[in-house]
Parts: sequence; C-alpha cells; structure tokens
Amino acid sequence: MVMEDAEAPHHMLLLRNFMSQGLVHNQPLLYASPAIDPRGFLGTLPSPAASKDEKSHKHDPDQEKGLRIAWQYKKYFGESQLNFDGQRDGKHEYSNEFDLRKPLERHFLSAQRVDCVSIQDSPNLSALQDRSATFLSQYPRNDGSISCAGRIAIQSFSAPQCAYSNMEWDMLSFIRSLKSMVRSSNAVALITFPPSLLSPSFCKRWQHMADTLLSVKAIPDEDKELSQLLTGYQDMVGFLNVHKVARINTQVPVILDATTFSIKLQKRRFLVLECLNQAPVDGSSGTSYGTSGSCSGSSKTGNLDF
Amino acid sequence: MNQRSSNLLDEALGLDQSIEPWPLRGRIVAIEDQVETSGSFVLHHILKRSLSPNSSNVSIFIAFSQPFSHYDRVLRKLGCNLVTQRDNNRFFFFDMLMLQCPGGDEGISPECGLIALYGKIYKTIVALPEVSSKNVTIIIDDLSLMEVAANGSSDYVLDFMHYCRTLTTEFDCSLIALNHEDIYSSADRPTFLLQMEYLADILIKAEPLATGLASDVHGQLTVLNKGMNYRQGSSRNKISNFHFKVKENVVECFYPGSQG
Repeated sequence: MVMEDAEAPHHMLLLRNFMSQGLVHNQPLLYASPAIDPRGFLGTLPSPAASKDEKSHKHDPDQEKGLRIAWQYKKYFGESQLNFDGQRDGKHEYSNEFDLRKPLERHFLSAQRVDCVSIQDSPNLSALQDRSATFLSQYPRNDGSISCAGRIAIQSFSAPQCAYSNMEWDMLSFIRSLKSMVRSSNAVALITFPPSLLSPSFCKRWQHMADTLLSVKAIPDEDKELSQLLTGYQDMVGFLNVHKVARINTQVPVILDATTFSIKLQKRRFLVLECLNQAPVDGSSGTSYGTSGSCSGSSKTGNLDF
Repeated sequence: MNQRSSNLLDEALGLDQSIEPWPLRGRIVAIEDQVETSGSFVLHHILKRSLSPNSSNVSIFIAFSQPFSHYDRVLRKLGCNLVTQRDNNRFFFFDMLMLQCPGGDEGISPECGLIALYGKIYKTIVALPEVSSKNVTIIIDDLSLMEVAANGSSDYVLDFMHYCRTLTTEFDCSLIALNHEDIYSSADRPTFLLQMEYLADILIKAEPLATGLASDVHGQLTVLNKGMNYRQGSSRNKISNFHFKVKENVVECFYPGSQG
C-alpha cells in the first residue's frame, strides 16, 4: 500500500511503473480508479526503456530484446511463457526501467490484458470485490510452479469523490478480503490512498493491514536548507519512504539499511530511486550530522563555539 | 539454540519454571504492538511453549490475520510441527480470514459470527479428554481484525472476550490475544484497548526503540505480570523490560547494552 501526498502525485509514478511492468511481462491487470473513465489513464503508462548496451535503437515490437535483468523472476517462468526474449547474451531480461516519455504500445492495453473499473459512483464496494474475486480466481496458487501471475492496481482508494469513501469499516473489510484472496493466489495488489483524508485511528488500521507499506512525499522547490543538506537536491521531486516490508512465512522483520529514498526523474524520462546522500560536512566548523544548519557557509558562532 | 537468551521472556511470563502445570493456566495475556514493531513473535513463542512435548497442553488458534501455511512455516523454524500437532488433536486452527458478519440492516445481528465462533471453541474444549481440557490455550491473532470482521462493533468483540474469559474460570484456559496499540492511542476514546488492558493478567508491549530500527535490536518488550505467583506463595506485580532480536529459530532477549 502506498500513502499518497496531497501536495504532489508521486504515487502515480509508482503506479505507472507497476502497471507497465506487469503488462510488459504478460501479467494481466485489474485497474480501479475514481476516474469516470479509468481507461484514459492507460495512455500514460510508460514503455520499457531501451537498454544502454543496445547497439541499435530500433523501436520495433521486438524491442524487449534489450531489457536488462533486474529481478530473478525468470526462474519462475517456463521458457514458453516469456513473450519476449533477450537473445543477446542468451539472457531473458525482466524490465524494471521505463521511459515516461514513451507510451506503452497499444497491443499491451487490450481488453484481454487490462480490465478497468471506475469506483467513483459505486455506492458500496461489492462490485469491486466481485470483480477482484473473479480476476483473482484466474491465478490460483497451486503447489506447482507459477505459470501466470496477475496484478491489481487500485488508485486513491479512499478518495472523497468515491461514494463509499465515508464507509470506513466497509473499506477496511474490502482490504481485508482482498488481502486474503491475494494471499491464496499468484497475484499482487497495489493500493494507493490519501492518508490525510482518513481519521488517524483508521489510517493506523490501514497501515497494519498492508504487507508492504510505502509513502511518498513531495519536497518543496528552492528549499535552501535541504539543498545544502542533500547531494543532488535540485534533481529530486520527492521522497519515498519504506515503512514496512512484507513478512510472509517468517517472523523475522526486514530491516533495511536505508528506508528513505529520493525520487528523481532522470532527463524527465526515467524514474530513479536513490538512497539519500548527505552533502559533505565542513569538518573544521565542528558541526555534526545532527544539525540542520549550513554546512559550508559561515554561521554565527555561539558563546561555546571554539 | 541459545537456551538462556529466551529465558528473559519465559521468566517474565513465569514459563521458566516447570511447564506442568501450565503457568499461564486461567490467565489472560494481552500483547500490544505497533506498525513499526510487530508483536506476533510473542504469540509464536507462547504457542511453541504451550505445545511443548513435555506437556499435555492443547492450543486453539483463532486466525484473522494469516492463513495456516504462514504459522506452519514460522513454527517449523521454531522447532514445532503444527501439522503433526493438529493430527494429534493438540492444535486446533480456526481460519477466520473470510469471516465477515453481515451488516445490521439485513436483519441478522452482527453478533452471529462471533457467537458461532464462541460455540465452536466451547464445543472443542468440552470434547477434549479430561486431562487435556485442563490445559487449553486459546490464541487470537488479532483483535483489531476481529473488529473489522464485526463491522466495527467493538462491543460485540468485547462481549466475545468476556465470554472467552468465562472459559478461563470454568476450564482454567489461558487466553492470549494480540492487538495493535497505535490504532487506539490515536483514537479519541481508546476504550477498547483500555478494557483489554484491564482484563489482562499479563500485559506485553512490543515497541520500537526510541532510536529507531536497527539490525541487531528489533525493539523492546515491556511485560507487566499482575499477581505473579512466586514459589513462596506470595504474589505481586512484576514489570520486566528488555530488548529483543527476532530470528527464524529463536527470539533473543537481552538487557539494554548487554548484547555484544
């Protein structure tokens, strides 16, 4: 689940990547949003980025040949399931990089691959629950290998324009039910929601429900303090925070080295997440990392400064 | 396995003495955790102890949170085979993942699901052989999801807990329940949480450290054991506080600063 920031729609970047990645790898998608016509959003889904190593930049239906390995998902798929092949180097590549300026090719967006649901006018969540159940029933979890996986993307689930948005317990019931269904299927669901529109207590309930919990935050332009604290501040559009990582079949918590990442748009095309790097501290000034003051400029000296 | 390291939690719960009679007999244990620090490992630990081969305990697990396969895999790594225990009628698993009480306006009381659940627990206990019926541990994971199943009727959940409490007096059952403290502390009236804390004989809180998460210390536990019985026959409240690190096969508990 992704907690949105009302100041900037960075959750849409994550949503687009999630949706494109699934479609490009033959994972059908169920997409629900508060828009009257959710299908319109599909036109903004990015296409896989061309590999840096590719010698020719021909963009044809076989462009997937240049995709780089990002994940080891390939070992879960039979060779015949992959509808693209990175014959270069004999590797099958799983795409994790997308070009936001290049829309996803239309053949990926067919009705067979993408089912869209508008949740704006639904008086309750029964219809969405039924659609989700029908969708997930196509990807039951068996003991054998995974032959096909599905993805569910629900955007701005508790948005105020949705008729059910004041039915807090019903929304919780839906999430609980969806979680159960997803757990017993070969599918993953991504839900984004605006936490500021929920009461604090319910917001906590939602957070506990999530297997993996992320939040995105906008950062202001021209923040002098931040620009002095962080390297590459001018390229950042926001922060991504990892609050919780799924612990399925284990009781051991996942402790990450870093839980906050900067969100950058490289050349305005590529979504890049990076660990934060602090700007170098001027050692002679005696300030520590804990301070938020200027690192390089002169600062007023207090009575106890040496 | 580092026998000593898990003793701080066992000590706090009175489980470091003998397993028979089960030290938690007739007692209610409330476990509270937060988003940052899960307390489910305490449930797993108590379940494992209750299913010790040296005892005749029976455990009834009411699962609102995870399917059986999750607990099976977790407990296997802790050295306890839930499938075998289930086959031997020492472990009863009630899958409540899809339980959803119907809304009130359908003319069916939301209580019906929870009443049926209580009935099922009661029938399971009375069907046990005499000696086992004296050592039953009922474990609930978790209460906040029971509220969701009851469409937000916290009163019905509390009623259910009160009914289960009668089992602790009638059958000497132990009742262990997990809940999420931060849900209620951010609410206007944290009545539900306070009621559970009042009911509990042992209150266990899992919290993050003030310094945040770390790979060698996952959090801190505070255990309030009300009326703990000591060998001399006296009883008094005991508070224990220590740090913990959760591993696949054990939970390491240690006092702050003592972990090398």
